[in-house]
Amino acid sequence: MPEETLLTDDFLRQLINVGEVDILVGLPTYNNAATIEPVLRAIQAGILKCFPRERAVIINADGGSQDGTPQLVTGVSIDDMWSASKVYALRTLHAITTQYARGPEPGVALRTILAAADLLQAKACVVISPDSTTIEADWLQRLARPIYNDNFDFVCPTYRRQKFAGVLMRNLLYPMTRAIYGYGVREPYATEFAVSSRLATDFLSKENWNEELGRSGAGIFLTVTAITGKYRMCQSFLGTKPPQDRSATDLVEAMRTTVGALFSSLDSNFGLWSTLAGCQPLPTIGPQSEVTLEPVTVDRARLKEMFSTGIAELEPVFRSILTPSTLSELQRIATLELNAFNYPADVWAKTVFEFAASYHKAVISRDHIIQALVPLYRGRALTFLLENENGSGDDIERSVESLCGEFERLKPYLLEVWADRK
Amino acid sequence: MREIIITELTQALQELTRGFAHYLPRLVVMLIIAFIGWLIAYLLKVLVRSVLRLTKFSKLSENTGATHLLNQAALPSSTELLSRFVFWVAWVGFILLGVSVLGIVGLQEYTSRFFLFLPRLFAALVILFFGLVAASFFSRAALLAAVNANLRSPRLMSISIRIFVSIFALSMVFEVLGVAERTMMIAFGTVFGAVMLGLAIAFGIGGKDLAREFLEEKLAKGKKQQKQDELSPL
Repeated sequence: MPEETLLTDDFLRQLINVGEVDILVGLPTYNNAATIEPVLRAIQAGILKCFPRERAVIINADGGSQDGTPQLVTGVSIDDMWSASKVYALRTLHAITTQYARGPEPGVALRTILAAADLLQAKACVVISPDSTTIEADWLQRLARPIYNDNFDFVCPTYRRQKFAGVLMRNLLYPMTRAIYGYGVREPYATEFAVSSRLATDFLSKENWNEELGRSGAGIFLTVTAITGKYRMCQSFLGTKPPQDRSATDLVEAMRTTVGALFSSLDSNFGLWSTLAGCQPLPTIGPQSEVTLEPVTVDRARLKEMFSTGIAELEPVFRSILTPSTLSELQRIATLELNAFNYPADVWAKTVFEFAASYHKAVISRDHIIQALVPLYRGRALTFLLENENGSGDDIERSVESLCGEFERLKPYLLEVWADRK
Repeated sequence: MREIIITELTQALQELTRGFAHYLPRLVVMLIIAFIGWLIAYLLKVLVRSVLRLTKFSKLSENTGATHLLNQAALPSSTELLSRFVFWVAWVGFILLGVSVLGIVGLQEYTSRFFLFLPRLFAALVILFFGLVAASFFSRAALLAAVNANLRSPRLMSISIRIFVSIFALSMVFEVLGVAERTMMIAFGTVFGAVMLGLAIAFGIGGKDLAREFLEEKLAKGKKQQKQDELSPL
């Protein structure tokens, strides 16, 4: 049991007291006192409603919260739920909290949860984000049931999103994962998902946990492990994705943990992805995605300015990363007026592929390569915004599909620049 | 009188011949050592050049900005420069070794000094190289951070950091070489102090209102506004 060193003695003791379980629900937290209670109630309701006969446990892996999050997790009583729902579980529902040693790191939290699932031989391990304020009791069933009943190994979510939410997901992570690995996983970096015991054990045995990206980019690595390990995967529609607090989002950090991890995964899986072509459909329970049309306030001129400034100021950096033709095309785009601004899908796909090849070769510091992509992403986000300003949900879907098509069409170009950079 | 002159001349000629006969084999040995040294130095040069080309040293040099500096100074490429440096160090070393065979008093001391100086020269070169690497890395990191945070004059910040780290590395190089140690330390301290004082005066007195506005905008309102401008990425 290689994960024993990760789990504290006290945590191990609590796990041993629980014994084997059927379903384990993991909650990775860090200062989530404001949102944790409704999330926990929804999880409890989900267990009572959908899995009353199963042995279940809630595991909270906390990164050292200062706002009493772990106390809230253990303090939320299921008795209130019983009286409200008139449904009773036939088994004891345990809730255990542990503080992992390394501070708030999503990868360490995930590893702790998976290690607990492995130890308790849970048939299904469901991970729920403590920020998911829109969670409903059914989410648990939608994530766990395909594993528990239908022998799937990995269940990814699909959501109903505001049309301009998840721009990085729609413009890079989804199209690139789909083009590279041949599966249309809508949320390759999921905050809610479910894994089987088989996949959990395999994922825990991977060697990149001690690397920086292994700790921060575990979400992407899990998806890639499921794809490359030929595990049975499916998607399940959950409902509305809670809106992100945009003022609290660190774009550079988000790029590191997602795009950095995706680029990094290309190195070790070259033999697999370089021979794949096309895209296989992934079984999906419910719709692939849904879009809501609430307006969003964004200063377009500022986005444009940040893109143009980035192109001008980072020219020496781009010369190390991009081909001269792509760089000159970007310089041309940077001169366009706001109302005529357009960062076309093919140029964007080429840009991303050239960045991926440069990342592989580490032409400069890999972290600097990811940081250099940030202003270009802003340019693409602006184009996405302008193109779909008055578009419907279907228009957005068509736009994303068209971008995915460009990424797939240009995959040979990635192989070409990949070889050139050797 | 005539006989004395002839005797003296004969003696001088004999001594010259003796001396020449005494030094000729040593001179030949010196020339042989110099020739063998040239051959070895040339082979070393070819070897170093091949190794550097195989390890794509020029790419590393390009990334660190060393190539740019060399181009500006109209010098050959870093690979060529380093292989030539190895050639000359090796050959001069052999020549000095050959000269020491001549047994010229005082020259041997210089020869041994040269060989004692070599490790310091090597250490200085290593410090210079890593200094340039560090200057390039930190200036690029500052440039990227400043651009992504939408700060003003990101290139000025980047260049300032590059110059500062380069000066720091150069002062270390001079210290290791033992060249104008005190002068370099004083110069470095003066430049560093002057820059910091200048910044403090400019920011604290000359532009205190501007500084306050700038900080307020960047650290409070600006940052929040900028993040509000981001579309939700995930």
